[in-house]
Amino acid sequence: MSTPTIDASQRTPTKSGPATLRWWLDRPNVIRTLSVAVFLVVWEYFGLKVDPLFLAAPSAIVEAGLALVRNGELFHAFLATFYPFAVGMAITVVGGIVIGVAMAQWPLLEYILDPFINALYAIPRIALVPLIMLWAGLAIGGKVVILVSIAIFPVIINTFSGIRDVRGSMLEVGRAYGATKSQIFFKIVLPATIPFVMTGIRLAVGMGIIGIIVAEFFTAQTGLGGMIVMYANVFATAKLFVPIIVIGLMGVVLTEFVQAIERRLSRWRQLERERG
Amino acid sequence: MTSAPAVAPAPILEIERLSKFYSSRDRRAGGKAQRITALSSVSASVARGELISLLGPSGCGKTTLLRIAAGLTGWDEGTIAIAGAPVDGPRKDACMVFQHFGLLPWRSVVANVEFPLELDGVEAAQRRDRAMELLKLVGLENHRDHFPHELSGGMQQRVGIARALMRKPLMLFMDEPFGALDAQTRERLQDDFLKIWSKVGTTVLFVTHSIDEALVLSDRIFVFTPSPGRIKRVVQSPLAGERLGGDVRAHPAYGSSRNELRHMLSGTEQ
Repeated sequence: MSTPTIDASQRTPTKSGPATLRWWLDRPNVIRTLSVAVFLVVWEYFGLKVDPLFLAAPSAIVEAGLALVRNGELFHAFLATFYPFAVGMAITVVGGIVIGVAMAQWPLLEYILDPFINALYAIPRIALVPLIMLWAGLAIGGKVVILVSIAIFPVIINTFSGIRDVRGSMLEVGRAYGATKSQIFFKIVLPATIPFVMTGIRLAVGMGIIGIIVAEFFTAQTGLGGMIVMYANVFATAKLFVPIIVIGLMGVVLTEFVQAIERRLSRWRQLERERG
Repeated sequence: MTSAPAVAPAPILEIERLSKFYSSRDRRAGGKAQRITALSSVSASVARGELISLLGPSGCGKTTLLRIAAGLTGWDEGTIAIAGAPVDGPRKDACMVFQHFGLLPWRSVVANVEFPLELDGVEAAQRRDRAMELLKLVGLENHRDHFPHELSGGMQQRVGIARALMRKPLMLFMDEPFGALDAQTRERLQDDFLKIWSKVGTTVLFVTHSIDEALVLSDRIFVFTPSPGRIKRVVQSPLAGERLGGDVRAHPAYGSSRNELRHMLSGTEQ
């Protein structure tokens, strides 16, 4: 007696291929690429039709970009932005962690500082830019101070609440095993807080980029932000888009970079959430 | 089942007339501070190498007594000493196994086990060797690089036990260590823990609210009753001699001992 067998080919869905929605949904990267391609084609089409004063076509932007790379202007502007950005982010990360840790460790300091932190956090920091310019000047110092004033808050707040979030049961493990105060801090409190700090740093990177560009709009008018203002003033629309794209790329690359570190350092937390 | 005196030869843990009070404000009583007796004049002594269960319902003070002995909380009256020295904070040679395992989730299994010796400043290679030795003992040598949350609850508690044994402790404090596990895992861990205990031979204070667990594991059972928390009786387990090897749960004295303890706990003994 033969048992009925199912032919493998019968089980594959009859409708497969680019005709079904399912097929497309299984290939999100194809859709993403097509979406961008279509956007660029449409932009190119209309870009060539309208006055170049208002909108530059992608081809014109690429051309302007190559010219700016060749004469070194773009690289120069990039460095002028990146240097204070790097300095400002270093201060933001180190300062934010130190202030956050100090506030979480010493309630006295928390009560002294938190009215100011809350007030500064509530005010749109951009409103303070003219004042900071007055104090810190228009050169690199001004840019750094503006960036830090905008970006440091998520680092402080996340570090602080991360430390406060460390479970009492975890601290008791340290106590029961006779850990000293500093061992409890370095071997339990700090590692438990790192995922929070990394999230704060990731948010700070986004805010830092906004901060540095705002600073360049208002102050020295150098760097990528200065370039945008300068080319907007002379209606060089194609050139105007070049620094915008570079800033966008910088944001994506830096955020991805921090996110990769964050994922690595926070893997245990992910596991904890998934498996309880 | 025979009643045993709460004294033992060559005591390692000596408790004399130990009491602890809490004050709590009850709104209904007009906000007056009320004194709640968590432990009322508890006296007991434990011999070196004994496995003692502290058995009782929640709120009977058994966990409080364990935490006092572990140096994690204070008391108000009486004395308590380990190996002749009055308890004054956590001792390095008296280690704790926690109900919810208390593993550090960012550390791998082997790094968790190493933790106590890391605190003691023991050299890395040496503490790694010791950790691997104990992971082998609890049957987890192949999971050394996993994170705790990649393991089942039973495996996590094996890690907790390995960690507690790192310092070759004089005493082990176990706070309902198998309470968070399902019934089957729980029985396996009880059996495996007995084997481990017979190899390391350390003194154990084991808090549980399970009569079965107390019967299967202990030399003696301190039976607690609540409000005020005190030791009502100290019971010699009739199964103590057959814990290792045989199936204790099938022992003829098991059922009757179980009943007797149940009546003792509910206050309806004859």
